[in-house]
Amino acid sequence: MKSLSTRRRHPLAAFVVLALGLAFAGTLFAAFVSPAASADTGESAAQQLANGKALYISSCSSCHGKNAEGTGLGPSLVGVGAASVDFQVSTGRMPAKQLGAQVEAKQNIFSTQQIQDMAAYVQSLGGGPQIPAAGQYAYDANAVALGGQLFRENCSQCHNFAGEGGALTDGKFAPKLTQTNPQQIYEAMLTGPQNMPVFSDKVIPPAEKQAIISYLLNSRNEPNYGGAGLGRLGPVSEGLFIWTVGLIALLLCAVWIAAHTTKASAQKAAQAAAAGKAGK
Amino acid sequence: MTATTPHAAGFGDGTAPSTPAGKAADYLDQRLGIAGAAKKNLRKIFPDHWSFMLGEIALYSFIVLLLSGVFLTLFFTPSMNEVTYNGSYTPLDGIKMSEAYASTVNISFDVRGGLLMRQIHHWAALVFVMAITVHMLRIFFTGAFRKPRELNWLIGFGLFVMALLEGFAGYSLPDDLLSGTGLRIAEGVVLSIPIIGTYVSFFLFGGEFPGHDLVPRLFTIHILLVPGLILALITVHLILVFYQKHTQWAGPGRTNENVVGLPLLPVYIAKAGGFFFLVFGIISLLAGLVSINPIWTYGPYVPNEMTAGSQPDWYIGFLEGSLRMMPNVEFNFIGHTLSLNVLIPALIVPGILFTGLAVYPFIEAWVTGDRREHHILDRPRNVPTRTGIGVAGCTFYGVLWVVGGNDLIATHFHLSLESITWAGRVVVFVGPAFAFWITRRICYGLQRADREKVLHGREAGVIVRSPEGEFSEVHAPISDGDRYRLTAHDVHRPLSIAQAADANGIPAPRLRRAKLRARFTRWYFGTRVEKPSTEEYRESITSGHH
Repeated sequence: MKSLSTRRRHPLAAFVVLALGLAFAGTLFAAFVSPAASADTGESAAQQLANGKALYISSCSSCHGKNAEGTGLGPSLVGVGAASVDFQVSTGRMPAKQLGAQVEAKQNIFSTQQIQDMAAYVQSLGGGPQIPAAGQYAYDANAVALGGQLFRENCSQCHNFAGEGGALTDGKFAPKLTQTNPQQIYEAMLTGPQNMPVFSDKVIPPAEKQAIISYLLNSRNEPNYGGAGLGRLGPVSEGLFIWTVGLIALLLCAVWIAAHTTKASAQKAAQAAAAGKAGK
Repeated sequence: MTATTPHAAGFGDGTAPSTPAGKAADYLDQRLGIAGAAKKNLRKIFPDHWSFMLGEIALYSFIVLLLSGVFLTLFFTPSMNEVTYNGSYTPLDGIKMSEAYASTVNISFDVRGGLLMRQIHHWAALVFVMAITVHMLRIFFTGAFRKPRELNWLIGFGLFVMALLEGFAGYSLPDDLLSGTGLRIAEGVVLSIPIIGTYVSFFLFGGEFPGHDLVPRLFTIHILLVPGLILALITVHLILVFYQKHTQWAGPGRTNENVVGLPLLPVYIAKAGGFFFLVFGIISLLAGLVSINPIWTYGPYVPNEMTAGSQPDWYIGFLEGSLRMMPNVEFNFIGHTLSLNVLIPALIVPGILFTGLAVYPFIEAWVTGDRREHHILDRPRNVPTRTGIGVAGCTFYGVLWVVGGNDLIATHFHLSLESITWAGRVVVFVGPAFAFWITRRICYGLQRADREKVLHGREAGVIVRSPEGEFSEVHAPISDGDRYRLTAHDVHRPLSIAQAADANGIPAPRLRRAKLRARFTRWYFGTRVEKPSTEEYRESITSGHH
C-alpha cells in the first residue's frame, strides 16, 4: 500500500489510470454487447422484430433516427427492404465507421441471426426488396455467356471488364467484385447501394441477375490464359510493366554487350595497360 | 572492250578458291562484283557504347513484329461481318460478334501457338515504340541530330510517327471492346476538326461509325501501307547512318574527323546478331509469361458497351491524358459546334509537341548560328539549355501520360479523380518550367564539378591532418584521358550583332531578325561555366593545390 501511495504522483500515473479505465470499460462493453451474446435461434417473429429493433436502436439509430425516419447523417430506412440491410451490414459497410466520399466495406461484426433480425425489423417498417433465396443466385454454367453480355452492357463501365473496380467522381469508386459473395451481388443489384443505380427486377429480371452472377463467378475462377494477369487492369499495367521490367532487361543486355569486346582487343588493352605501368 | 581487260581473274592464275564457300563467293563476285563493296563495308568501323544500341532494339523488335505479324495474318479475318461464336472459349459461346473479333479469339484459343504469337506481336509492338522513344531521347540529349544528321533526325521522327500510327491501327484491328472504344475516340477527334471534320469522318469510316469498312481498311494500312513505309524509312535511316558514319563520345584519339571502334565484320556482326537474339528472347519470355491484351475478357465491341479502365497502349496514353485533362469548352453558333474540348487536347497540343520535336535541330542551328559538322557527341550537361528543354518536354509528356491513367491512380492510391485532373492541369504548365530551370541548374553544377576535377583532381577519400591540426581531403589527379574527356567540348558563346548601323547611320539589313536571334542565343548560352584554361591548369599544378 505504501508503494502505491508513493507512486501515485509519478508522471506516468495518469496514463496508467487511463489505460486501466479504458480496459475496464472495454471489457464491460464486450461483456454486455457481445455480438455472440444474443445469437439464439428459433425465436418467434415478434421476438425477432423486438431483437431487431433493439439492435437497430443501439447500432443504427444515431444516424438513421429512432424511427428510421432519417437524420442529417443518414437517409430514412423506411422502404429500403431487408435486402438492403443484409447487403449493407453483411459487407461491413454499416454501421459506418465515418462519413466520407463513400462508406467502405470492412469486417462485419454481427452474426447472421442478428442481421436477419435487423433486416426483419426494417422490412416491417415499409416493405422493400426481400433477401433473395439461395437458388436465385446459384451458379449456372449455361448462363455465363449471356451474363457476360449483360455485365458489359450494365456493369463494366464502372466495375471494369474483369470486375476489378474503377474510379467515380469526387473520391467515390465502384468496388472490386472479385471477393463479394453471390448473395451480396444480387442484393446490390436489387437495392443500388450508395452510388450504384438500382437494377430492379423490371430492368434486369431475376434470371438475368443470376446470369450476371454466374459470369462473375466464372471470370473469377478463370485462369489468366496468357500468363501473369498484371491485375487485369488493361493497357496501363502492361505499359508500366514494359517501361520498368522490359526496359531494364533490354538495357542490361545492351550494357553487357557493349562492355564485352573481343578477346583480341581485350588482350591488347590489357597489354597496353601493362606497358603503361611499366613505362612509369 | 578488248581481250586484255582483267575480268578473267580466277582462271588458271593460281588464285582459284578451293573451299565451297570460297567458290560460291567467287561465283557471285564474278557476276555481281561484290568483293569491292564488301571489302570496304565489311570493315566499316562502329564505336562501342551501350547507348548506341537503343536503335538496334527498335530494329530487332520490328523484325520480330514482321515475323509474328505474318503468322497472325494467316489466321486473322479482317471483316466486320457479324458471326455467332461457337469456338472453344465457352464464356463467349453463342455471342454475336464481328469476324475480326471471332478470328482473334480463335487465334488465341484454337490455333496452335496462336496466343503466344499474339502476345509476342503485342509485346514486341510495345518494345518497338519504347525503343524508338528511348533512342530518340538519346539522340536529342547528346546532340547527335546536329549537322550533318538533321535529315536523318527527320526520318527518325517520321518513323516514330509511323510507329504510333501502326500501333494504333493494330490495337484497333481485333474489334474488341477496348479497340472499339479507341476508334470511337478517334472518330470524335476527327469530328472535332472545324468545317471538314464530318466529311473526313465519313470518308475514313465509309459512313456512320462504326460501319463495316473500317477493319478491312485498317488491315491494309496495318499490314501493307505503314509497314512498307517503315521498312523503306528504316532502310534510308540505316544507309544514312552508314554513309555519314556513327557519332562517338569524345576521348583520347577520337576526333571530329575519325571514328574509333571495331569493324563490322567480325565484331559487330557477332554483337548485333547476339543482341537480336537477346531482344527476341526477352520479348518471347515476356510473351510466354505475361498476359497482354486478353481480348476475350474485354468482349466484342458493341457501341453501347464500355468498361472502366479503358486505356490505349502506352504510346497513345499521352493523348488520352490530354483529353481527360481538358476542361469542357465548346461553342455553338449558327447550328455549328466548335469542340475546343477535343480539338485542343487531341490535335493542337500533340501538333505543337510533334512539330517542335521535328524542327528542333533546325531551330537550334539557327539560334546558335552553328554551321559546323559535328561527329563528337555532347555530354548533356555541357549544353544546359538543350538538356533543360528536353527535360521540360519529357515532363510535359509525362504529365499527360500520368493523367491518362487518372482513374487507376484514383482507385489505387485512394485519391479523388478530380483532384488528380486538377493537379494535372496545373502541373502540365508549372512542371515543365520548373523542370527546365532545375535541369539547367543541375547541368551548371555538374560542369563546375568537372572543372574542379580537372583543376584539382578527384576526391581520393583520404583525410589527412596537417601539423597545424587542419583536416583536408587528398585530391588525386585524374588521368590524361579523363582530363581530355572533361575538356573536349566547346564552350558556346552568344552571338552578338556586329553592327547595328554603318558609318552613315543606315541600319544593317535584317536588323530586327538579328536582334531576335541575339536575344535567343543569350538565353541559350548567356550563363555558362568556362573550361579551365591552360594557364589555370598550369597554375593549379604548380601551386600544388591537388
